[in-house]
Amino acid sequence: MQKHNPAGTRTIKTQVLIIGGGVTGTGVMRDLALRNITTILIDRKDLNAGASGSNHGLLHSGGRYVAQDLATAIECREEGEILKRVAANCIDDCGGMFVAVEGDDEEFAGGFADHCKAAGIRCEPLSVTQARIREPSLTEKIIAAFTVPDATIDPFRLTLENVSHAQQLTDSSYLPHMEVKGFDIVDGEIIATLVKDNRSGELLRIESEQVINASGTWAMKIARLAGCNEVNLLYSKGTLIISNSRMSKGVINRLRLPGDGDILVPGGTVSLLGTTSATIDDPDAISPTVDEVDRILAQGLTMVPSLADARLIRAFAGVRPLLMTSDNTGDGRKASRGFALFDHEKQNLRNFTTITGGKLTTYRLMAERVGDLVAKRLGSSAPCKTATEPLPSGPSVCWTEPGFSARDWYARQDPTDRILCECEMVPESSIDNILKEAPGCEAQMSLKAISLRSRVGKGSCQGAFCSIRVTSHLYDKGVYNSQYGLIHLRDFVKERFKGVRPVLWGPQVAQMELAEALHCDLMGLDQQATCMTKSEFDPNRVKEDL
Amino acid sequence: MIREARPIKTQLAIIGTGLGGLAAGIFAKDMGINTAQIGHTGAITFTTGYFDLLGSLMDKQFADPWKGLAVLKKQLPKHPLANISQDDIHKALNLFNKNINKMGIGYCEPGNSNIQALLPSGVCKPTISVPLTMLAGVKAKESQAPTLIIDFKGLQGFSAIEFVTNLKSLWPSLKAERLPFPNMDSGQQIFAEVMAQALEVPNNRQRLADVIKPLLGNAEYLGLPAILGIHKPDLVHGHMEELLGIKVFEIPTMPPSVPGMRLRELFEQMFADNSFILIPQHKVEKIELNNDGAKLCFTDPFGDVEISSQATILATGRFLSGGLKAEQHGIFETLLNIPVTQPDGRDNWYQEKYFDPRGHKINQAGVEVDINFRPLNAKGEPINHRLFAAGTILAHQDWVRQRCGAGVSISTAYQAVKCAANILI
Repeated sequence: MQKHNPAGTRTIKTQVLIIGGGVTGTGVMRDLALRNITTILIDRKDLNAGASGSNHGLLHSGGRYVAQDLATAIECREEGEILKRVAANCIDDCGGMFVAVEGDDEEFAGGFADHCKAAGIRCEPLSVTQARIREPSLTEKIIAAFTVPDATIDPFRLTLENVSHAQQLTDSSYLPHMEVKGFDIVDGEIIATLVKDNRSGELLRIESEQVINASGTWAMKIARLAGCNEVNLLYSKGTLIISNSRMSKGVINRLRLPGDGDILVPGGTVSLLGTTSATIDDPDAISPTVDEVDRILAQGLTMVPSLADARLIRAFAGVRPLLMTSDNTGDGRKASRGFALFDHEKQNLRNFTTITGGKLTTYRLMAERVGDLVAKRLGSSAPCKTATEPLPSGPSVCWTEPGFSARDWYARQDPTDRILCECEMVPESSIDNILKEAPGCEAQMSLKAISLRSRVGKGSCQGAFCSIRVTSHLYDKGVYNSQYGLIHLRDFVKERFKGVRPVLWGPQVAQMELAEALHCDLMGLDQQATCMTKSEFDPNRVKEDL
Repeated sequence: MIREARPIKTQLAIIGTGLGGLAAGIFAKDMGINTAQIGHTGAITFTTGYFDLLGSLMDKQFADPWKGLAVLKKQLPKHPLANISQDDIHKALNLFNKNINKMGIGYCEPGNSNIQALLPSGVCKPTISVPLTMLAGVKAKESQAPTLIIDFKGLQGFSAIEFVTNLKSLWPSLKAERLPFPNMDSGQQIFAEVMAQALEVPNNRQRLADVIKPLLGNAEYLGLPAILGIHKPDLVHGHMEELLGIKVFEIPTMPPSVPGMRLRELFEQMFADNSFILIPQHKVEKIELNNDGAKLCFTDPFGDVEISSQATILATGRFLSGGLKAEQHGIFETLLNIPVTQPDGRDNWYQEKYFDPRGHKINQAGVEVDINFRPLNAKGEPINHRLFAAGTILAHQDWVRQRCGAGVSISTAYQAVKCAANILI
């Protein structure tokens, strides 16, 4: 293995380095902190940049897997029950339903209750009338319906609370935009991880006793950087769409084998409809497409006809890291939703661990397994506490839930705390809290990083207005003190556009026309669209003077 | 009970009260044409108040829009501005400016080159004519004169610090201050429109000048968000300069913008007389075309109204104003279902990248017209020889990216009114 040690590289030391700021990585961070083990968590981008931030936020009852994968179904049921106790802040225990509609396989529907029973999942049959009283948006053409204890979970709040708690318990820290470039391996041990700060360009050496690869979709790539070839993943792209209002009380699942548009999940004040599945080669640079949106919607309509009139505000795509086994070689729908822990001892590495696969619902268990292994390697006998110790909330980690900041603002009755994002009612004070103490907060925080920790830009205007207001606020606070603030603004609206693009029709086209008038005509952001750096930015640029 | 529609007979009907409709109304009045105009609140308050002719094409910017028009003619021959002579464009802009100046809102005369007008971000924008209340800012920046920019506690989306920070490398003597607005100093959110109304009262101007004066130092210019009155901005502006003893200019703010409101208000208040009927805040519900003209139907609080016109100009704008609508599988014109030239399939409406210098293809979707500005049917023939179209509903232009909104609206309105005038009895 090549040695990376360029002269002048800054070195940081910690007990354990965790790579990947998704639910698993942050779950491991907290699991270890509860065992009094100090960590540094790094992510190439920021928290939940992969599958953890691009899912429907479903806390599975397990019902989805009863027919195909009993072990995963049972695991989901057990973990769901635990999380409802310890992460109640992040969970809406709204319940769920499985429904089959005319044309669906009746035999499959008929076996559902028994399958659930085998997995220990509470499941009650409903008549068509009962089902439609419970969920009036359901189609009349139901042929079978069952209740299940599905719930929803806010993966952003979950991640933020995990990091925040770990930082309270220990000297652990989270560093965003740190990309792993290589490992320094000596005699079967990683003595340092070489990382690049993607914002400043600085190279760093992180020396740690243990290294944990919790990078989800990128776990195979990271493992290979350490010379480990046994982590094999199938990349499965999934696309979802979001409506600007909540279309159902609880989760509505289609009772058939998994397919596009077979689940409608409420998320506070909105609803999410998904999910496609397509195997892809490259997990980077994925965007939701027009075709995927049309397919999801067409399928969703057969279950919930009112989706035809829903105002769709956004689509997003994520990549599931599915474990490749000999019996799944290409079909993401059939691949296991289970997870795997690699101790890499066969590769003659003593202090490297990879965890990948799995799902949001089982993240805690995944973290526990890693925690057990790494604690043992460090000679600690402290037991895992995450199944019983509740996740604490706080003023800097509670702003991601739709509707939360509106309720909070009304409750406080302070009219001088001005609303910066009108769609989602985000006031100045919550932005200021995030700037001050949210996990991963830093000087010159980007709009994207603020949005990740709040609801800014997530309402029906998709950032058209609030991006400009928040930018002004950040200039006023001195957070932005150069033209770089406009580049943050431009990058943020560019990024939001990717998700808006495939759902642009109806009133959202008028909204987009307004957004372009604001961003280009009023703010002039397109005039500096090709400028990449601060030095190239010139407010007076006249490129061609004829 | 049979409801009988109240009839209105007119030579010309103009549908739409945005900038294109406003211009068409002004030209019709100037030509002495008997006119009825109807429209609901358009997108005019979403604009900066600057009148653009042609500022940009792809990633080029034009310092001289007239030379830019020659480039446009070669590169985008179907662009509405490529099909109007420069002489006519010049006449249209001048006639429009002359009229609104007469009606009480001063704009500088369109010249030979673009002005680098100030934006709240500190970026500059190439435009052909700016309100007189904003003109001093252009000169202040050119001369890098000592200038104070003021913003107000509670006014969102306009930050003096942001403006100053982003321009200070080019304009080192800029300074920023924040003030409470007199009588609106509780710290709660305040709106540009309300501040502008307050400044129409001389006493409030005096109060504002009193709080600004101690901050001026050696400043030769004062920059404010656009709040200097709605109905008589030039008077308010002149009085503020007199009270402060230095040059004052406004900078556009986020919508709803005061400069846009000024145009809308001026239109609503100054227009109506015996030969001109204005029906604002209403939408034509139905239109029937025939050999002699058109019948336009709508309902007001007193019942149904039917306008019979010899000629009709459609200036209903784009998606935001309701002239066009986008459905999941296509783009449509809303009033007459006129065929809309559009990209092939929704996947081609927008580029992958938001700031793609080519602009989004959907922005060039619109109605096709012949040389007489008559909208065309699917066969490429005029739908009716008495129906005309003008403004941003026309295909093959991208008013935001090309900085050509006022140019397209005013010039095409001028042409459409001239063509309509030819067939009137």
